[in-house]
Amino acid sequence: MQKFSSEKGVVLPLNRANVDTDFIIPKQFLKSIKRTGFGPNLFDEHRYLDKGEPDADNSARPLNKDFVMNQPRYAGANVLLARENFGCGSSREHAPWALDDYGFRAILAPSFADIFFNNCFKNGLLPIVLDKAVIDGLFAEVEATEGYQLEVDLDAQVVRKPNGEELPFEVDQFRKHCLLNGLDDIGLTLEDSAAIAAFETTWRAKSPWYFTLSN
Amino acid sequence: MSGKTLYDKIWDAHLVTQREDGTALIYIDRHLIHEVTSPQAFEGLRIAGRKPWRADANFATPDHNIPTTSAERRAGIDGILDPISKIQVTTLDDNCNEFGILEMNMDDIRQGIVHVVGPEQGATLPGMTIVCGDSHTSTHGALGALAHGIGTSEVEHVLATQCLMAKKAKNMLVRVDGELQTGVTAKDIVLAIIGKIGTAGGTGYTIEFGGDAIMALSIEGRMTVCNMAIEAGARAGLIAVDQSTIDYIEGRPFAPKGEIWDGAVEAWLTLRSDDDATFDKVVELRAAEIEPQVTWGTSPEMVVSVNGTIPDPALEQDASRRESIMQSLKYMGLQGGSAIKDIKLDTIFIGSCTNSRIEDLRAAAKVVEGKKVASTIELAMVVPGSGLVKKQAEDEGLDKIFIEAGLEWREPGCSMCLAMNADQLGDGKHCASTSNRNFEGRQGFGGRTHLVSPAMAAAAAIHGHFVDVRDI
Repeated sequence: MQKFSSEKGVVLPLNRANVDTDFIIPKQFLKSIKRTGFGPNLFDEHRYLDKGEPDADNSARPLNKDFVMNQPRYAGANVLLARENFGCGSSREHAPWALDDYGFRAILAPSFADIFFNNCFKNGLLPIVLDKAVIDGLFAEVEATEGYQLEVDLDAQVVRKPNGEELPFEVDQFRKHCLLNGLDDIGLTLEDSAAIAAFETTWRAKSPWYFTLSN
Repeated sequence: MSGKTLYDKIWDAHLVTQREDGTALIYIDRHLIHEVTSPQAFEGLRIAGRKPWRADANFATPDHNIPTTSAERRAGIDGILDPISKIQVTTLDDNCNEFGILEMNMDDIRQGIVHVVGPEQGATLPGMTIVCGDSHTSTHGALGALAHGIGTSEVEHVLATQCLMAKKAKNMLVRVDGELQTGVTAKDIVLAIIGKIGTAGGTGYTIEFGGDAIMALSIEGRMTVCNMAIEAGARAGLIAVDQSTIDYIEGRPFAPKGEIWDGAVEAWLTLRSDDDATFDKVVELRAAEIEPQVTWGTSPEMVVSVNGTIPDPALEQDASRRESIMQSLKYMGLQGGSAIKDIKLDTIFIGSCTNSRIEDLRAAAKVVEGKKVASTIELAMVVPGSGLVKKQAEDEGLDKIFIEAGLEWREPGCSMCLAMNADQLGDGKHCASTSNRNFEGRQGFGGRTHLVSPAMAAAAAIHGHFVDVRDI
């Protein structure tokens, strides 16, 4: 997994509550058997005016000029500013893959859907929960200031504004450790192989009915 | 010390290790696999040179990309006309062969939507931990299991370690007491719950559904309720085990037999929350007050009674909710303040992991029997949840009832619930759908979804618009 320590960059404000994973990456792109290449289809149904297809040449497609992502001032954004319940809906990890592939490294919102939130950490993408009032303030500042940038400092657990003001955020300490060091979950879990095997032996003896698929 | 909730009991029984900050390793009894969220996980195993920890804990069936017309299905895998879909289905077959995982492939009569097939085969059992790379895994909680969706990285993690790294969620109890009115179903209950608590109301919780109206539901009805726990924001929804649960499981192909069965039943009947268990949050609904529900917007919480009207954004005080209503109405092509019954429908979809089981099909067939689909409906389709549901329906003559009424009778799969196969809702078309999500573009680019129960979808097919199924 890619490491995350500190990221500074342009902020894209996506002013919409309940952005679901179909919005983030529509279903036709889920047919891919790869983890990469989803960036050009991030927010596809809002970013383009026509219907996107896998393997199509996206550079030839008509852009929706009204969609915030297509405004030149937000080009190259790597911090996404979002609203409540971001990432609701399906469990598709293609959603964080698409955000990551486009170049986003952190997402700031008042709340996230559980499965999406969890999937972000598996991909070196940092979801940060901030109070609604703080998010409201950031939307106002980003929209008023061209080239507005934020710095996300995971080690210090703060988001730094251009004026130096620091917005503290909470993060699960184990996840923080994994992100800072780019640790692989599976490798970590397999360090506990003996404990898993011991649990399994006891569990099989106690509940043999859960081990019947091979019968 | 207070007692334990059902969720506490299953969690505690599966705890392998726990770190100081509460991050735990939870043992997973069953891992269900489909073709969309697994290829990258199997590829990850191959790259790292890993093998499944316990191959026989897994079982797979393709569902999302599977064609549903008989002509396509007769050709087997070659009937999948989209080459990218075909590769995904073939990849699942290849991965299951390579790693020794049981698969019910598209030519197997047992194939179907993974959340229909699991319980149907007895692969879903009470007290199990069950995961799948699909958010509607919450369905299996209807049998008293702890079941939820995971992402592809976690699919790989479960394959490699038989465990999930997780933190315990909070406990929520949603109680529905009293008696449902005739014509009001499990789907209406869960839509009413989502309407009450919102799509983020259950975020961070495991929801236990209880109360006498829930326990009076059939197991299939309970599956419909748990299926949509995720639409209320909760990864997992579950329901206590009772005699109906035991009766449902007994005799299914992968259910335990003989002495092991007897031991299992004894253990399973303890799978309910203790009387003195405490919940972090309790929500109560009265069953008698629930009316047939219809969604009007682009989030499942945008739901009202069939006799209701679409909200007028001008009357909404909260600015962000007003903005959401306006965005939804624009996408849906609807006016605030207009009646639900005045929405003109183009398409009817009866199917999905929410409502494609035999009881759903019986309820829909009962409504359309001897009638004809309205001439204004361009497409009305019934997609059974599995090959075995299809066979059962045909044995009962339901297929003939649907066909004579003018509905198409299809082969099993996810179909137009998310439209990864050829079954796509047209741009700008309104669909009465028994599925679970009404997000923008969900059923097809520009498609407009209204979530309803099977009986309500069937009644809408006959009338061309929504009608109160209690009136017919």
